[in-house]
Amino acid sequence: MKKWIKTICILCISTSTLQAQDDLLDMLEETEEPVTNYTIATFKSTRLVSGHSVETNGEGVLQYLIGHRFGRLNSGWRDLFGIDNATIRMGFEYGLTDNINIGIGRSSFQKTYDGTVKWKFLRQKSGAKNFPFTATIVSNIYADSREWANPDRINYFSSRLNFNHSLLIARKFGDFFSLQLMPTVIHRNLVKTVEDKNTIYAIGIGTSFRLSGSLRLNAEYHYIPPGQIASKIGGEDVQNSFSIGVDLETGGHVFQLHLTNSRGMTERYLVGETTGNWFKGDIHFGFNVSRVFTVKKPKEFK
Amino acid sequence: MTELLITKNNMKKVTLITALLCFSFGIFGQKHITRTGTIQFFSETDIENIEAINNQVSSVIDAENGEIAFSLLMKAFTFEKALMQEHFNEKYVESEKFPKAKFKGKIVNFSSAELSENPKEYTIKGSLTIHGVTREIEEKISLSKTNSNHIIGTSTFIAIPEDYEIKIPSIVRGNISKTIEIKVKMDYEKMD
Repeated sequence: MKKWIKTICILCISTSTLQAQDDLLDMLEETEEPVTNYTIATFKSTRLVSGHSVETNGEGVLQYLIGHRFGRLNSGWRDLFGIDNATIRMGFEYGLTDNINIGIGRSSFQKTYDGTVKWKFLRQKSGAKNFPFTATIVSNIYADSREWANPDRINYFSSRLNFNHSLLIARKFGDFFSLQLMPTVIHRNLVKTVEDKNTIYAIGIGTSFRLSGSLRLNAEYHYIPPGQIASKIGGEDVQNSFSIGVDLETGGHVFQLHLTNSRGMTERYLVGETTGNWFKGDIHFGFNVSRVFTVKKPKEFK
Repeated sequence: MTELLITKNNMKKVTLITALLCFSFGIFGQKHITRTGTIQFFSETDIENIEAINNQVSSVIDAENGEIAFSLLMKAFTFEKALMQEHFNEKYVESEKFPKAKFKGKIVNFSSAELSENPKEYTIKGSLTIHGVTREIEEKISLSKTNSNHIIGTSTFIAIPEDYEIKIPSIVRGNISKTIEIKVKMDYEKMD
């Protein structure tokens, strides 16, 4: 009987010491506070193609964004398939906090200045706290600085202004696929005819597929329900905007190359000012280059 | 029948002794713990220097036998540039798939009685897991003890990302060193 007890004791001691090593790590992990895991890199840039994505710049990060859209591919060899007719938008965006960004920009197309406020107010997360999607609200104001079309009549400054509010809702599914919905409102202070609505409602959808570590395929589509826009622009009907492109990331830069039927690079142009018809070949080649600078370092590095 | 009863009685004793023994190992193991240990790493190249800090490292030392364990969340590393942090988590260490780095091992020839205010160097042996890859390592650790009975542990060693199957894209290979210097600083409190 004594032998028996001895054996058990020895067994017990040996297993308990054996366990001790495993236990130490297990104990450490079991007693850790559960953490919330925030989803990162739903999209690679603050833009899908031309429109905003839910992403914001981190606190103290300044983003310099430069975009080009060339003329239409179907404009023929004399214009080198659109290369001769480039429009440009330059802009700066700055992270006041990780979730609140402000920005300014100027488009050569219609000589328009724009100001942006962007707030990521919900974040997709898992772990201790769960939430299924990221939500960002973005508001833009646009000021057209061209000379008045009819200088003889009384023109008001407010007629130069247009506004945009979009709610961006995005979810990253696994590691390779993200989807974004963007209900959008555009308000135009001045429209051509009484049939044209001052306020246009639209719904957008965007997506991003990760092809490899640094390469993604993105697409963006804005649908304008009928009956809101009557006037033609340059003799052409207003179209729904569709853009497709790739993101290429190299350290601090993101290069985005794309094909789109929109000439402009802000929400205002995507919704209500897009006249290119994909099926007729009215396609613009374009690119964005984004470079970020850390203006204010995180507290650990001060 | 009586014999069987006695055996049953004995069995109870055995169980009791066993339970007590097991318990005693849990209770009398002198454990020192921290949840706010610091691990920093450095990558130095001609193009740029990269530094990251994690101030939320958990670690425990069993002062009885010198066993030691570390656990940390990769996402808790802070970088000077927010974008670097995103790339680190998303592309290099793949924090979604492998959220933690872990170490478990033993301090060779450890004796808690030897610890004093003067740091003493020991060898630490064990298995380090980063990016889901576990490797046996042997490094130096310096240990000391403060007046308030804290154990201070520091260590500096080199890790090679390739060893842990961390792939650096060719386009930034010039910016990231092949060898990463890791600095560890722990301030252990006695566990109640």
